Amino acid sequence: MPTDRDTKLVTRHFGNEDAKTLAGYEKLGGYQALRKASQMAPADITNEVKASNLRGRGGAGFATGVKWSFVPAGSKQVHLVCNADESEPGTCKDRELMYWDPHLLIEGMAIAARALGAVHNFIYIRGEMMREYAVLQKAVDEAYQRGYLGKNILGTSQEVHITVHRGAGAYICGEETALLNSLEGLRGQPRLKPPFPAVKGLFGNPTIVNNVETLMNVPFIIDKGGPWFNGLGIGRSGGTRIVCVSGHVEKPGVFELPMGITFNQIINEVCGGVWKGRKVKAVIPGGVSMPPLDESELDVPCEFDALQTDERIKPVQYVPGKQFDLGGGKPLRTMAGSGGIVVMDDQTDIPRALWRILKFFAHESCGQCTPCREGTGWLEKVARRVGEGNGKPEDLELMGTIAHGIAGNSICALGDAAAWPTMGFLTKFRADFEAKVSQRAGRAA
Amino acid sequence: MSLEFSADAQKKIQALCERYQVSGSKKPVVMAALHLAQKEHGHLSDDALRLVARTLDLPYAHVYGVATFYTMYRRDPSGTSTIRMCTNISCMLRGGYEVLEAFEQKLGVKKGGTNAQKTITLVEEECIAACANAPCAVVGTNYYLDIKPGDVPKIVAELEANPHPESEVV
Repeated sequence: MPTDRDTKLVTRHFGNEDAKTLAGYEKLGGYQALRKASQMAPADITNEVKASNLRGRGGAGFATGVKWSFVPAGSKQVHLVCNADESEPGTCKDRELMYWDPHLLIEGMAIAARALGAVHNFIYIRGEMMREYAVLQKAVDEAYQRGYLGKNILGTSQEVHITVHRGAGAYICGEETALLNSLEGLRGQPRLKPPFPAVKGLFGNPTIVNNVETLMNVPFIIDKGGPWFNGLGIGRSGGTRIVCVSGHVEKPGVFELPMGITFNQIINEVCGGVWKGRKVKAVIPGGVSMPPLDESELDVPCEFDALQTDERIKPVQYVPGKQFDLGGGKPLRTMAGSGGIVVMDDQTDIPRALWRILKFFAHESCGQCTPCREGTGWLEKVARRVGEGNGKPEDLELMGTIAHGIAGNSICALGDAAAWPTMGFLTKFRADFEAKVSQRAGRAA
Repeated sequence: MSLEFSADAQKKIQALCERYQVSGSKKPVVMAALHLAQKEHGHLSDDALRLVARTLDLPYAHVYGVATFYTMYRRDPSGTSTIRMCTNISCMLRGGYEVLEAFEQKLGVKKGGTNAQKTITLVEEECIAACANAPCAVVGTNYYLDIKPGDVPKIVAELEANPHPESEVV
């Protein structure tokens, strides 16, 4: 059964200044899960996480325990890297999580490091998050002093180090292999996969990269058990779900909610409805990389599998009548992504909104793959003229075709991240785009 | 002109080199060293890049490549403090561009520019992960949330009274 809306795990210390200090965190029951884990065999920790159906909260929703089990047995040097490079537009949870509960992240990492046999571990935090960096570094220092990090943790033979590594401004470093390159002191350009990081990652060693929220859930799983955590969710998705609601709602915010709550419930019951008494027009379900939903698709649960497969969500087309194929005829509906929900009201200039999204991707493309480097620039250029009312009717098909040419043709997912919302907005809000381009046609005549 | 790191920075770099020993090279320290060089020398001039290269035994070309990839590294002199105003989708939907315009007017510069007193550089920033409190900005080293165009004079006055250079954080 899904949890009630009052069940809070990773956000339970929001607003509590005491939780930021080691003494305060311990008083609130902190580091008890690490104590328990230090008595468990590493494989048992991984099995507990597998049973929990915890799925990655960074965007892809991959099963965390399964990911951990990809590290080859007998590996000499393994690394755990926490991806704290949150920068997917619409997403603002990890920054708050680290700020309010830094020790929960450290505890989660120490437990995961035990499961993986990882000694040298890293938190890659966004350069712009200077305040959060200071909070986190202080917490790491405290944890070393108290013996939760370092050598012989809690009387075991285990050694765990955490180094906080600051980025310096690059969205692409949220992509796990770009992040690893950045950690190695290179330009943040993604690597070809395979080999996957779990086999050959940081410094050529097996490496697990997990999101902040993902790792912060681990202590709860160890404390109360995988089946308990799984029971909080629905289907193959355990636990709660953090959503970051922004845009045109009365009460935007970061909310920890039952997995499976619908978008209409989030907007109307949690966020006080669309602002100014208006109606909803479009909703981005999980960061701007994801195709949007229209007002008829909002009774779908905000959950990983539902957003990919629920037939109430229309498949994305790249030009009218031609469905985009994810492979083997599988349609693209949308994805739960990072939990960044952006609500747009019925007065929103949709073509201009899409232009702003594409301006972002054109700026952030690392330049490595031609389809993405050139294609995101073209998309931005065409979207700009359409958004400004200077587009030509054939521009809409041009945008769809460019997007189709980018999707699936770059080393990392940034290309898809620009192509998917382009195709999605054009599929679901065609009339808005047609009205814009006919403005120009009208003027010319 | 040959630049140097302060004794404090040298100590920090040394400690980091030990931290990253597992990598078998000093390369992973390059980002932190660039942050430190920017703190001590204001911006990353060719000489500052040479200093980082020399300190870490890396080719100049490598350090140049890294320094020019990330947007927080500055190759040119700029204001003491930076205002990074987000205009990405969530901020745009709630008036981010209007706030950016108010900053431009107040500072008398276009985005990307530095005011006449060289105290503040204004940057149009991509998403800074505070979308639920849009429009938002990183002002110096602090986040400012739920900004309205009318808040701009006060924000600028606060920053000028109490400068917060980003490079302080290393």
